[in-house]
Amino acid sequence: MRHFLDFEKPIAELESKIDELRRMSEPEGMNIADEVERLNEKVERQLRQIYAKLTPWQKTQVARHPDRPKAGDYIRALITEFTPLAGDRAFADDAAVLSGLGRFRGRSVVVLGTEKGSDTESRVKHNFGMARPEGYRKARRMMALAGRFGLPILSFVDTAGAFPGIEAEARGQAEAIARSIEACLEAPVPMVASIIGEGGSGGAIALAASDCVLMLEHAIYSVISPEGCASILWRDASQAPVAAEALRLTAEDLKRLKLVDRVIAEPLGGAHRDPESAIQAVGDAIAEALGPLLALDSTTLKARRREKFLEMGREGLAQR
Amino acid sequence: MNWLTEYVRPRIRTLLGRREIPDNLWIQCPACEQMIFQRELEKHLKVCPHCGHHMRARAEERLRWTFDPGYGLIELPKVPLDPLRFRDSKRYADRLREAREKTKLEDAILVGHGTIEGAKSVIAAMEFEFMGGSMGAAVGEGILAAAKLAVLQEAPLIVFTASGGARMQEGAISLMQMPRTVIATRLVKEAGLPFIVVLTDPTTGGVTASFAMLGDIHIAEPGALIGFAGARVIEQTVREKLPEGFQRAEYLLEHGILDMVVPRGELRSTLARLIRLLCTQKVESEAA
Repeated sequence: MRHFLDFEKPIAELESKIDELRRMSEPEGMNIADEVERLNEKVERQLRQIYAKLTPWQKTQVARHPDRPKAGDYIRALITEFTPLAGDRAFADDAAVLSGLGRFRGRSVVVLGTEKGSDTESRVKHNFGMARPEGYRKARRMMALAGRFGLPILSFVDTAGAFPGIEAEARGQAEAIARSIEACLEAPVPMVASIIGEGGSGGAIALAASDCVLMLEHAIYSVISPEGCASILWRDASQAPVAAEALRLTAEDLKRLKLVDRVIAEPLGGAHRDPESAIQAVGDAIAEALGPLLALDSTTLKARRREKFLEMGREGLAQR
Repeated sequence: MNWLTEYVRPRIRTLLGRREIPDNLWIQCPACEQMIFQRELEKHLKVCPHCGHHMRARAEERLRWTFDPGYGLIELPKVPLDPLRFRDSKRYADRLREAREKTKLEDAILVGHGTIEGAKSVIAAMEFEFMGGSMGAAVGEGILAAAKLAVLQEAPLIVFTASGGARMQEGAISLMQMPRTVIATRLVKEAGLPFIVVLTDPTTGGVTASFAMLGDIHIAEPGALIGFAGARVIEQTVREKLPEGFQRAEYLLEHGILDMVVPRGELRSTLARLIRLLCTQKVESEAA
């Protein structure tokens, strides 16, 4: 069963009509090609209309869409010889963070990703993409490994945030995140982060303080979820759509604020309608971003990375 | 805002102002509910003389209590006002103005330089009274300025944290203060200088998950609430009652996240001793 978002209802109706036509025509051998084509054109028109002006709240829904490609899907499609590596060497392996070695377009790389899972079983296994301290400590270990062997780091970020749990706090969730941010900033190798779905607060920046931050068109990246922000500032979680607007969490706004480096266009109707093209587009953008970074020595890389983050927030939207 | 709240209330307040003075002479301890004479409380650095409860302190008090007399404040870099033009029930620009009036500070941080028992040092102190000590671009710039000053003066950097976390009204700009302040800690460490964090009540969210957890030494005040996620969020997520003393300084010490829990009255001498012990070469060469 395909999952449709509320504002995709007109499309769901058209597509079920197409399905129905096909079912009816099969036994009777009716010629429905013209009608199907007409409906398909209508679907495309509708999609274009809807997706041209998604509100920040609608984008939040798209970013969290259950059929949206997940970190694991990107790794499967873009990384050959992927060799998962596990564990933080201290406490556990955290399945919310995927990590390992592999080849990206022929080049050996270290890969990191927050994985939400795609069905009930895998969602539980990956803790819905919410990492615990050991996840960030594993990431830090991987970044150190990358540094030792001169391998570029690619990260795929899709998380509601770091896991808020009793044990996570007891084991130093805050310290683990801080160290992971530090590891990104200190890496002597190029690092490209891609925000593919939800970039949720500290849990996201822990894997995204990188030379180049790519962001999919309908992904979101925010200091707090719209629901969390609404329940604190509006004292009413149902104000989330308003909070989503105020937070400026869309790729477009973040690019304007110079907090991300590049926005990657999504296929018509969002990455969930055509995961393969979305994944290829991200792959191409990573290759383009990585190219010039590979030419820089580690001192230059680190200095540039620092400078980039130090410049952030020195101008706002209000100035224009 | 209507005529009544804008105009009448402030006037009533000024009329009542004189009668409020006696109230201010006595303060009730929020923990043991005993009444404490104001001057007595000041003498005890806002620690209840009856039960030892550490009340929240102002950034200005942190500097005054820690430095030797004669320290100076530095002016902090200006940042864009309300970069996102954020508005909830109030405009962020108005909230900022109110916080500035209330605290007489530009934002939630003060940076000073001076000596502690003769050892030069730089202190950045966060102000919880200013929008819950939340970290936006101004606090980020403050931490960076403090780090740069420490490097310039070859002095240790001490940060007193007190913060509810990131300043939501600055959206992802506040999130980016996490890597920015982490860079600040690197500057100090690369210069071979100590970075000491004193975590005070409360320190949570993005502040804990960035510079506050990267100290060479982590000190906390007794009973201080320190953590990443808020208690309510955790309770809703795990649907469990939180253990007694959860996210308090003593709990963190037990879990290996802090070096020590130090009562306020001993903070200054502890900091001075740590600096002397860490910076032996510099102290000796200066003595020679």
